[in-house]
Amino acid sequence: MADEVLTAPLVLEYPFTRTTGPVIGGFLTGLREGVIHGVRRSDGTVMCPPLEYDPITAAPLSELVAVGTVGTVTTWTWNGEPRAQQPFAQPFAWAMITLDGADTPMLHAVFVDSADDMATGMRVEVVWREEREGHITDIAGFIPAVASSTGEPAAMPSDVEQIQSVRTPIRMEYTYTPGRALSQYLRAMKDKRILGDKCPETGEVSVPPRGVSSVAGKPTLPELVDLPDTGYIESFNITRVPIKMRPDLTPPYVSAWIVLDGASVGFMGLGMNVEPEDVRVGMRVRAVWKPDDELEMSAQNILGWEPTGEPDEVITDYARVGRLEQGGGQ
Amino acid sequence: MRDIAVVAFSQRQEAMINTESEVEFMVPLMNEAKDAVGLTQQEMGFTCSGSSDFLAGQAFSFVMTIDGTGPVPPISESHVEQDGAWALYEAWVKLQCGDIDTAFVYSYGKSSPGSLRDVLATQMDPYYVAPLWPDAFAIEAMAARQMLEQGVVSEQQLAEIASRSRAHAASNPHAVRTTPKSVDEILAEDYAMAPLRPSDLPASSDGGAVIVLAADDKARELCDRPAWIRGIDHRSDAHTLGVRDLTTSMSARIAAEKAGVGNDKIDIAELHAPFSTSEAVLTKALGLGEDTVINPSGGAQAAHTMMASGLIRIGEAAQRISRGDADRAVATAASGPCLQQNLVAVLEGE
Repeated sequence: MADEVLTAPLVLEYPFTRTTGPVIGGFLTGLREGVIHGVRRSDGTVMCPPLEYDPITAAPLSELVAVGTVGTVTTWTWNGEPRAQQPFAQPFAWAMITLDGADTPMLHAVFVDSADDMATGMRVEVVWREEREGHITDIAGFIPAVASSTGEPAAMPSDVEQIQSVRTPIRMEYTYTPGRALSQYLRAMKDKRILGDKCPETGEVSVPPRGVSSVAGKPTLPELVDLPDTGYIESFNITRVPIKMRPDLTPPYVSAWIVLDGASVGFMGLGMNVEPEDVRVGMRVRAVWKPDDELEMSAQNILGWEPTGEPDEVITDYARVGRLEQGGGQ
Repeated sequence: MRDIAVVAFSQRQEAMINTESEVEFMVPLMNEAKDAVGLTQQEMGFTCSGSSDFLAGQAFSFVMTIDGTGPVPPISESHVEQDGAWALYEAWVKLQCGDIDTAFVYSYGKSSPGSLRDVLATQMDPYYVAPLWPDAFAIEAMAARQMLEQGVVSEQQLAEIASRSRAHAASNPHAVRTTPKSVDEILAEDYAMAPLRPSDLPASSDGGAVIVLAADDKARELCDRPAWIRGIDHRSDAHTLGVRDLTTSMSARIAAEKAGVGNDKIDIAELHAPFSTSEAVLTKALGLGEDTVINPSGGAQAAHTMMASGLIRIGEAAQRISRGDADRAVATAASGPCLQQNLVAVLEGE
């Protein structure tokens, strides 16, 4: 029976802060003050939301025009299962809405109880968020317009601070699966074993395994090979500046390129139980493992690499991979 | 202009590939295409690939995949953050320059680890649209409603498209949605994202594809019946949804004109149409008539592999020409919300 597929949660977050320029910044400044602006296009029509260029003629645009807060739905769909980062947790409609005074529609959410309450051509009005910062979500969404709503643009206060930048963070969640070779590597890690994979043509061994040989352009051999947890430092650096994302690393510390005995390529590891000044190229090292009861299917089982005290390796050849072009391996 | 042809094609598409990494599942496909023409990586004049690391959230997966080609000694290569059809276009341009005779093109997508509908929200305008996280189905559904309400297409016609995709896909081993459904059965489905029904939506898949291009006599030497690229062009509509007419595709229409689609009869069309509505738009934009078989593979609806579906359309069309099933074919590739960008290629046998 095949092993169960290994999975791990993976979250990517990008804390983007984007500069706006005067047109988008002007629009966002307006939102903060409760006024929606479009921009006058080359043909005299008004595009809302505004861009600093005409998407059809490429002419630069700059004349902001206040538009209404009531508009007309030009098309819509029902979002029955809202997703985490969308404007509303309850089911809502997505709609393209052309605000009075504008000639192009904008995308936003319409809050109604069901799809039966939606129709193309219906009139909707803005619902403002109470706390506004100059962001598209200052508009909480739209609701069906009540007859008394005129949607006349409010007066834009003068001398307000212009929005120069906007936060648009992105968060995406994945379920990572490591594939054939890395899955075997990770399972072996739990038993304090280090596996590499072998090129079918040259016999070169890669660790961590990647499933393919870049020299041959072929899958590596299905059977992975056990490597010892000893090797040598091929190169290193000493970091003296703290890294924000790694508060656990106290400078100065050593990042070393470790080549295991029997491997053809190296990988990055932390120097341990050694003064940075004593580290040298060729120094023999062995893995420092986590305690046995803390072992997981993770490369983090190896905390770092400490000197063995053996005589240094004499390095004569850095280019172990790629001998094919020079007529084969050893 | 040099004559350039598709001389080899390989593909794999499955609903989910979770036991192999991207490079692990691409290497056999790469070697299948190389073996078909008896070329090694070092004999390829140029290599170009298309992929997006955002799909699987796997940073630098595209670099690892280049390793799968066997780039030792170093090869001449390039990458586009686009469907592989645009990688093919770059390779075609490079071949036109005249200093190489072969090119190796591949692309892949593994979107099952993430939520593709959410990932695609990040391709929208970053100030006004992306922060609301509209998913890809919702955007297409709004275009679909406009098409229906303006009489551009009917729900009956959309169901006919979806039903035919399933029927054609039944004989395609690389399709993932292959169970037949009648038009009436599809019309009886509850809406998934009104007015789109589940059968109107693409069947998402993981996978990839490889194409080998060759020029002039080299193509004739490598392949009994090369699929000659007689015209190829790509165009892009505006990024801003509000200024586009979503019921039609100006970019596809212009690209089709430039590629010469209407110059002669088209036997088959492989259209990169993820939704039933996309197919309705493209058929009209390309001016295809009753005498053209649309999406004999089942098309992108039957298996939609982001970043590879367009390249697969070109491969499917080329394969039918090389087999002698067709003499003149058109293939399209699309990118962006509601077919924002379109590439059109006309392929012919000799």
